[in-house]
Amino acid sequence: MSNLLTLSDAIRTHLHQGDCVALEGFTHLIPFAAGHEIIRQEKRDLTLVRMTPDVIFDQMIGMGCAKRLVFSWGGNPGVGSLHRLRDAVEKHFPHPIEIDERSHAAMTVSYTAAAAGLPFGVMRGFLGSDLAQYNPNIKFIDCPFTGERLAAVPAIRPDVAIIHAQRADRAGNVHLWGIVGVQKEIALAARKVIVTVEEIVDDLDAPANACVLPAWVVTAVCHVPGGAAPSYAHGYYDRDNSFYQAWDEVSRDRENFQRWMRENVMDTVPVKGGA
Amino acid sequence: MMSRKQSGFPSDESFSSDEKRGDAMVATPSEVMTVVAARMLQERTVCFVGIGIPSKAANLARLTHAPQAVLIYESGTIGTRPSVLPLSIGDGELALTADTVVSTSEIFSYWLQGGRVELGFLGAAQVDRYANLNSTVIGNYQSPKVRLPGAGGAPEIAAQAKETLIIINHDRRKLVEKVDFITSAGYLDGGDSRERAGLKTGGPTAVITDLCVLRPEFQTRELVVTQLHPGVTRQTVAEATGWDVRFAEDLTQTQVPSDLELSTLRELERQTALAHSNDAAGKTSLTRNNPTAEVTRP
Repeated sequence: MSNLLTLSDAIRTHLHQGDCVALEGFTHLIPFAAGHEIIRQEKRDLTLVRMTPDVIFDQMIGMGCAKRLVFSWGGNPGVGSLHRLRDAVEKHFPHPIEIDERSHAAMTVSYTAAAAGLPFGVMRGFLGSDLAQYNPNIKFIDCPFTGERLAAVPAIRPDVAIIHAQRADRAGNVHLWGIVGVQKEIALAARKVIVTVEEIVDDLDAPANACVLPAWVVTAVCHVPGGAAPSYAHGYYDRDNSFYQAWDEVSRDRENFQRWMRENVMDTVPVKGGA
Repeated sequence: MMSRKQSGFPSDESFSSDEKRGDAMVATPSEVMTVVAARMLQERTVCFVGIGIPSKAANLARLTHAPQAVLIYESGTIGTRPSVLPLSIGDGELALTADTVVSTSEIFSYWLQGGRVELGFLGAAQVDRYANLNSTVIGNYQSPKVRLPGAGGAPEIAAQAKETLIIINHDRRKLVEKVDFITSAGYLDGGDSRERAGLKTGGPTAVITDLCVLRPEFQTRELVVTQLHPGVTRQTVAEATGWDVRFAEDLTQTQVPSDLELSTLRELERQTALAHSNDAAGKTSLTRNNPTAEVTRP
């Protein structure tokens, strides 16, 4: 039961100013509540890591949490642009951010390399693409056996990884399913892992090959029902597509965005969570 | 081949508005584009699908002539058969109707890089004369005029699928002489430059627009117009293309979408709109969906 914490305690204790933090979840199981707690606790100078920044990083970037962004696809899925991300890159508002831009495949390779304790990952990629020209973290190596030219990307080993999952048991073992994305990879890549869950159960009763993170690799488990909304938790609630569509309008204008964040994130009470 | 039904051809005028819905069985330009793309997906093909029009076309193919096509989305869903089109690449519908759901790292390593994908269906913000794709920036990379979403899975799909199809709306800002940024390699500078760069797969075999189909010419690899959609003139295509586009000697005419193709497409869109408006029912207020407030488990 040792790793059960409230969300605000988990963020306060384990995430520090200037840290590299990954919040993962491929459209599914995005840890929105945790991102909001990071915003409320005014964590700054963070290196934010996510394959798809999504609305959660749009909010964190717009609220000034980010120094650097590591990503591979920065749109509002099914809708269009992430306006706060664009404002930061195009007009340096609220301040300039550095970007380390890879492809989806390269991000997954960077995570699996870190999870496997390797300094870099190797893949067949970026030949003919301009990305390698602008990103010093994409390099080419020759295969020592065949001579084939392959791309290499450094491992991404965040200080903290945060994911959402369906459930945990009282010992803090975590079980997730559906579109599992890179939840397991990023959890094993990071130095510390915070998992928010929909519910705490007595017995996970997970099938043999289920995606389970044993308690001893999870730093903190926080009970946060609804913690992935407006993304979704398979078996619990659907993706709120109307939120993503409405976000386009809210986020387009700086003041409108700040007012929304004040009313819906800053001035709200954090979820109780915990044991 | 079915004979061409003259009555099915809309006038030039009816093609002027993208959004305009045609009469009962007269296709809009956007519908023609989707149908033409769908026809290129053959039965049993293993196809890696991007969101948007590629996804619409791939599912139309599956619901008409290619029921056993295998659709793979980068969210890790393999052999998915969504009853409505997903709004995002990771919609639950894709997982619920898939043969299997694997991790994102597995989909890119074992399935795409492993050479198991025959066809990649891609969109982009820009495509150039040699079928290179840009989905990264308009303008300069370091200080872009427009920051686009970025690569996603496209560079590896373009490099590792045995062949790719590109779907894009036809206008001068999208079909350009040279893309501002090569996100995903097509034929690079033309000729054998793709092969010389070390790319081993076939590359783009067609660019399907709402006006026509362009294909890479045999040796130069330059995109030339090979097929005009109903009611579209050479002049319209030339004016909407950002380079001095050439037309194939054996230029053909797109076969008008059949009633079955059109009615299937429209029904798919209707069901999709219905499903997504149900999603939204009772959840239209942003504040009521405040994710940090105490949320009762549905």
